[in-house]
Amino acid sequence: MPKLTFPDLAARAQATPPVSEKPTIKVGMSTCGLAAGADPVHAALAAEVESRSLGWRISRTGCAGMCSMEPLVEFTVPGESAVMFGGVTPEFAGRLVADHAAGKPLPDENRVPAIAELARVAGDPVAGEAGPRQYRIVMRNCGVIDPEEINEYLDRGGYQALAKTLSSMSPEQVIEELKVSGLRGRGGAGFPAWLKWRLTRESKGNEHIIVCNGDEGDPGAYMDRSVLEGDPHAVLEGMIIGGYVIGAVSGFFYIRAEYPLAIQRVEKAIRQAKAAGLLGTNILGTDFSFNVEVRLGAGAFVCGEETALIASLEGKRGTPSPRPPYPSVKGLWGQPTMINNVESLANISQIILRGGQWFSTIGLGASTGTKVFAVTGKVKNAGLVEIPMGMTLREVVEGICGGTASGEPIKAVQTGGPSGGLIPARELDTPITYEHLQKLGSYMGSGGMIVMDERDDLVELSRFYLGFCVDESCGKCAPCRIGGTQMLRLLDKIADGRGTNEDVATLKRLAHAMQKASLCGLGQGAPNPVLSALRYFEPEFRGRLVSESN
Amino acid sequence: MSPTQIEGDVAAISKRWKTKRGSLIMALHGLQDRYGYVPREAAMSLGEQMDVPLARIYEVLTFYNYFRLKSPGKHVVSVCMGTACYLKGAPRLLDEASERLGISPGETSPDGEYHLQVVRCVGCCGLAPVVTVNAELLAKVTSVTLEEHLSGGKASATVGAAAAATVGTMAPADDDGQV
Repeated sequence: MPKLTFPDLAARAQATPPVSEKPTIKVGMSTCGLAAGADPVHAALAAEVESRSLGWRISRTGCAGMCSMEPLVEFTVPGESAVMFGGVTPEFAGRLVADHAAGKPLPDENRVPAIAELARVAGDPVAGEAGPRQYRIVMRNCGVIDPEEINEYLDRGGYQALAKTLSSMSPEQVIEELKVSGLRGRGGAGFPAWLKWRLTRESKGNEHIIVCNGDEGDPGAYMDRSVLEGDPHAVLEGMIIGGYVIGAVSGFFYIRAEYPLAIQRVEKAIRQAKAAGLLGTNILGTDFSFNVEVRLGAGAFVCGEETALIASLEGKRGTPSPRPPYPSVKGLWGQPTMINNVESLANISQIILRGGQWFSTIGLGASTGTKVFAVTGKVKNAGLVEIPMGMTLREVVEGICGGTASGEPIKAVQTGGPSGGLIPARELDTPITYEHLQKLGSYMGSGGMIVMDERDDLVELSRFYLGFCVDESCGKCAPCRIGGTQMLRLLDKIADGRGTNEDVATLKRLAHAMQKASLCGLGQGAPNPVLSALRYFEPEFRGRLVSESN
Repeated sequence: MSPTQIEGDVAAISKRWKTKRGSLIMALHGLQDRYGYVPREAAMSLGEQMDVPLARIYEVLTFYNYFRLKSPGKHVVSVCMGTACYLKGAPRLLDEASERLGISPGETSPDGEYHLQVVRCVGCCGLAPVVTVNAELLAKVTSVTLEEHLSGGKASATVGAAAAATVGTMAPADDDGQV
């Protein structure tokens, strides 16, 4: 691809994407799709189209969000709306092509909702009473474009925000736009993005560095993987804009080694962007030069914590350090470093293009925009959903995801992963905002949302989460290293029916001490699942204790 | 593998990463991609070629769960123990796999055929419970499908193939802007 210029991109913005006169077929080929058998489905479609010399375009695409219905095939007849098929087998796929080529109507079996029936996308009005309830800003291209084709991203307005930024906005103006938007960090804590960008920009150093945190550690969440696999250029574009704003010359993607497909696609996106002159020396002919490299995690939950992530990027053990100094002042190799989550970065281009004001009207109160959740566990339609902030938990788990698969009542929903907490069924009408979830003793987290039905044992679940944090504790500070292990012993004792009332009291005391005294978020957050289980379901713990009269 | 072969492999990895800042972990990924684990001889050679003390290399290797210090055997069976998989019966699958293979999690069978391990979420929670056999990911696993995969020679991919399918750390550098 020749290097792009501002006029090239301006022409792209005006051009209408070509409309195919023949049917087009898309196959969901992210990790979920591939695991469910998308490869043979793609092969069967291709073979059938080939053998009949139909010349229909078959493309691969990312995650549409309906993970439990994979493999997904989207079939578009020219002039009609797309039809989505789920649970597709190679035989069904072959038949689909053969029958349509023979003039038969598309079959009624295996139909699932098309993306347009599930979600509105950035630019549409936010959902009212009727119509799709999801609103996709971050996932706007996921399941729509071929993530390995930069041209498809460009056809959907890709890199227009970069062009706008470099041609007409100062770094301060970008920061101001972010401030108006109200965007907060999507990694979990919800720190205002504009402030992080400004603090890093204003810090003095030999160089400034931007890092994309793709170390999605919550065991039960995979939003970041899906976005990196489904629309890597969206994250990269956000990162390049961030690099421009803070004055960086280099950026790093830090991605879990457990996500090989995400790594491949990001590496490919970087190569394509370089070839197109959107990355590298003199981007789009300006004097802004910026490069991005990929670095891999190696299986340590604590590396999601900023200071531990920095140590890992430096090639060391991923142990956290006390803050301050914050990474924005003294981060990677002692230089001002801005660490943004995948989802935060995927929002940037839309805020630039559509304006901070537009973004701020979506959401509720101080929680603006949308949030992507991985809704899993005992839920009927497990998958990814992107919703405007402020929607209630009930609308998500019952309205969008269909409640429990078993039909039994929901017992609780867990958000925030190993640092988050349980929310009992009676609180399901709570709107999803940073503040509301915190009030319930949980937190937003990166986007894991686990649904539990009446059969799930919450004492065991507390033990599971705490066990995870004990395993993942780096061992540097005593409150986390020792406190976690002691808490786990008490929980073991209670779960095995040997606990006493005093053990419950000790458990709570230890939990509060760990929250206050631990060095980093891992230790501070580790007691949360236990405390929230005790807060709402203490009778389940008490029911396991040895009788006091003995 | 011969010492000269190791020297050669390490030289290629070292050449790619030595001049880049903070790249020790990437070089170690390169070794594990190549061998399926990080052999001691290779770690020693890497230390010499990249001017990193061996103690620092092992400090890093032993911190991160992803790195293996022993050969894992031909088929690596990983039972996902993320929250979604846990709720949907992963602990039982782990017990069954352990019994079927006659090894505990973290162990390799004496004939070197199987290695059983627990992983923390492969990010396919919508398809829970999930088990991977080398690079192949099995979705919505039941006792029956697990048994099929462990007994039926379906586990055909080797560790080498898995490594090739994963990370491009052995691939040539891509700094020249070529697609």
